[in-house]
Amino acid sequence: MNENILVLEGVNKHFPVNSFRMHGKVVHAMDDVSFSLRRGEVLAIVGESGSGKTTTANVMARIYKQTSGRVTFEGREISKNMSREDELRYHKKVQMIFQDPFGALNPTRTVGRIMERPFVIHKIAGRRKAVEESIDKILIQVGLEPPEQFTRKFPHELSGGQRQRVNIARAFAVEPELILADEPTSMLDVSNRMSIMNMMLYLKESHSVSFIYITHDLSGARYMSDRIIVMYAGMIMEIGPAEKIINNSFHPYTRLLKSAAPSPEMGLKRKRLITGGDIPSLIDPPGGCRFHPRCPFVSDICSLEVPAMKKIDEGHYVRCIL
Amino acid sequence: MLKDTFSLFIENRKALFGLMILVFFSGVAIFAPLIAPYDPKTNKVDVLRIVEEEMGRTTTVEREQIDEFTERRVYTQSIATTYERVTTKLPLNARPSRQHLLGTTKAGQDLFSQMVYGTRITLAVGLVTGLFTTILALTLALLAGYFGGVVDDIISLFTNVFLVIPSLPLMIVIAAYITVRGVIPIVLILGLTSWPWSTRILRSQVVSLRNRDFVRVSRILGERPLYILFREILPNMISLVMASFFTSTMAAIMGEATLEFLGLGNVSIVSWGTILYWAQNSGALLSGAWWWFLPPGICIALIGTSFALMNFAIDEISNPKLRKR
Repeated sequence: MNENILVLEGVNKHFPVNSFRMHGKVVHAMDDVSFSLRRGEVLAIVGESGSGKTTTANVMARIYKQTSGRVTFEGREISKNMSREDELRYHKKVQMIFQDPFGALNPTRTVGRIMERPFVIHKIAGRRKAVEESIDKILIQVGLEPPEQFTRKFPHELSGGQRQRVNIARAFAVEPELILADEPTSMLDVSNRMSIMNMMLYLKESHSVSFIYITHDLSGARYMSDRIIVMYAGMIMEIGPAEKIINNSFHPYTRLLKSAAPSPEMGLKRKRLITGGDIPSLIDPPGGCRFHPRCPFVSDICSLEVPAMKKIDEGHYVRCIL
Repeated sequence: MLKDTFSLFIENRKALFGLMILVFFSGVAIFAPLIAPYDPKTNKVDVLRIVEEEMGRTTTVEREQIDEFTERRVYTQSIATTYERVTTKLPLNARPSRQHLLGTTKAGQDLFSQMVYGTRITLAVGLVTGLFTTILALTLALLAGYFGGVVDDIISLFTNVFLVIPSLPLMIVIAAYITVRGVIPIVLILGLTSWPWSTRILRSQVVSLRNRDFVRVSRILGERPLYILFREILPNMISLVMASFFTSTMAAIMGEATLEFLGLGNVSIVSWGTILYWAQNSGALLSGAWWWFLPPGICIALIGTSFALMNFAIDEISNPKLRKR
């Protein structure tokens, strides 16, 4: 249980800016991101739009290649250039679920044809009959019953929740070790969210996979995950066990996120942390702590240098001088 | 898969109508020698003259081309009858009549025969050019869109340069400089001036599809780039590819007619464009010889309608959302 399946060490991802005026500049989408994921664990990455959550997932899924830093999966370093075989082996173990359930399904194919591909690419289950049986099995597991009714349908004939179930089924079809879920419920309506989240937790247990769950919803992260990473402007601000992040957060940004989440018990009168502003430009990120322009507790040192990750408690680290 | 698409295509009313027009003209083109009553290029025709010697009179029985059938009939009719082969000239500037369904030209050629034979060249030039343009545009678009970077920059630069040059004047200039007159130069001229429009549209579609989530999923699943390009991206572009094929075929037919009309093609061949050229040259419009210039115009419009209808239908079929179940 304590074995690390995935380790990121000081990973940076910079995108060059394609503009004449800002030639040579880069977007700092990920800066010095380091964390590790234990086998069988659910790790949530929380942050507002533009905080680098999705970039982190895409680097782990090898859609983007990191600018610098090390990514280690099951003890082997994932280099920038891999042979076709290594690439295939990696993709068999790491799968991703996307945010937009419709965009992730090729509109010209039926569900059956979509579900076939992972089996064909990775040569799982061999014969056609066996492939069909495996597809039916996984479709039943994600709650698409009866499966033969769904395999004939096109994505546009399914509801949002059903589409996302197909996406989840496809990700689990290759029997992966690690699932990257990029806001899988944010485009579904509320009534569907809970059942999809429960289903993912159930599948995670029954297929014994590790899970990285990316969301902007702190309560969803708390429900799903064992540990939470809070990201802001491409950097990790706070990392720790889910309960500690929720009940005993240190970083002002985490507290801001918490106060932004509606909570019915407290009513509307609860005192909020008042901050203005928006996420800073990642082309010219603010010097020092990235959060200091918005921080209610800002002091002079904050703008001088990037604070290091500071240990608060067992497994609980904060990037703040406070 | 292909069979399904075809049956869907047939079931679509617009497609069926468009296809019927195209099939009709293709049939005319293929069986032109059987349909056309006269040689489209000359005003002379061989007729059979039956000479009845006993009576000392000569009577022309029928004005028709000599063929085996006629000869045999004549032989069996009567032993006393002999025949001679005479070449006569067709009437000039004739109005439509039973002998000449669409009348004759100023030089006495049968216009109906000309229309029938003209279908051949017009359709052939249109389809070949359309195919040539589409393949060229699609290849460039896939290369530029999927691989991006320098490849994209170079292809886009050429596309944009060619887009800025107005294609009709370019066509005329090239056609005027080329010394060879004929069909193949016209195909090449039309093909080389009409690819940029399609390339640009197809390229942007490839770029947009390349960044769609389902393409990313395929990459994460471990699909090969060529599979992604041809099986994931291309099927989502079929309507655009077909649209560009139909549009460039249509443009080629128009372009061919234009070049021929301006006399920049080979004016001695028979196509709808050259018919219009000779009509203009002989003042058909001034003399009110509507049977000369109207049929080619109507036929060009019909072919255009046919391609446009099939275009609409393809869009409905390839986009499952528009498909009626």
